[in-house]
Amino acid sequence: MVEWTDFERATIQDIFSKMDYEVVGPAALSRCLIVYPWTQRYFGSFGNLYNAAAIMGNPNVAKHGTIILHGLERGVKNMDNMKEVYAELSVLHSEKLHVDPDNFKLLSDCLTIVVAAQLGKAFTGEVQAAFQKFMAVVVSSLGRQYH
Amino acid sequence: MTTLSAKDKEVVKAFWAKVSGKGEQIGTDAVARMLTVYPQTKTYFSHWKDQSPSSPSVRKHGITVMAGVGDAVTKIDDLKGGLLSLSELHAFTLRVDPANFKILSHNIMVVMAIMFPKAFTPEVHVAMDKFLAAVSLALAEKYR
Repeated sequence: MVEWTDFERATIQDIFSKMDYEVVGPAALSRCLIVYPWTQRYFGSFGNLYNAAAIMGNPNVAKHGTIILHGLERGVKNMDNMKEVYAELSVLHSEKLHVDPDNFKLLSDCLTIVVAAQLGKAFTGEVQAAFQKFMAVVVSSLGRQYH
Repeated sequence: MTTLSAKDKEVVKAFWAKVSGKGEQIGTDAVARMLTVYPQTKTYFSHWKDQSPSSPSVRKHGITVMAGVGDAVTKIDDLKGGLLSLSELHAFTLRVDPANFKILSHNIMVVMAIMFPKAFTPEVHVAMDKFLAAVSLALAEKYR
């Protein structure tokens, strides 16, 4: 089981409680589709992803970005149980969506950059460490049911 | 991975022109973050008396690294040739595992996002990511 310090718990709760999912989610997902264009392979049904402007204005991308962040919130609310929290989603991403789990890290890196831009100086090295640790556990949990 | 397109080089040079004035700050913060967020990187600096983020060693090293990045921008048309001696340094003397180049690149971009949130758009992000990856590749050129 993952050990969380008080600082890490407080930091994660704080970051997500102040976050506007409808801004950060779409920003992170569209950044991922732009910076790592091969991730677009999973979004064939989303319509126009031909260039950065199209991606950033695409309503399906925005909607899905928000969904992803609500998914992260489940981990935020159950930090001591994340393996179990993400077991079903892990099966879904593996068996139904066939997403290469390496992609989870790419999205996680983009989310880190978006959160950094939002928080500015408040995103200190220690806060970054806590955030990246949380995301690493999410990524690991999502990859667990692959076989 | 991929070579830099003409557009990538343009975007990198334009963004660098905007931010190079803060190069020392970017470098210092990026190195400090790397040591904090990825503690395994501290193993390369066991010779420093003070490995804390605010230490003069961290600042000095951040300045050195960013000067290297700035130099790489001027040599963007031939990174392998231009960074030859730096590659030899990293290969034969420093022997830094190249996986760490990726880690430092990530932290450089986190700092850019913090200091220039509006300018570090997704287009700049992808060009900078490609550029830093190309620099990392050039630095690893002489390893084996």
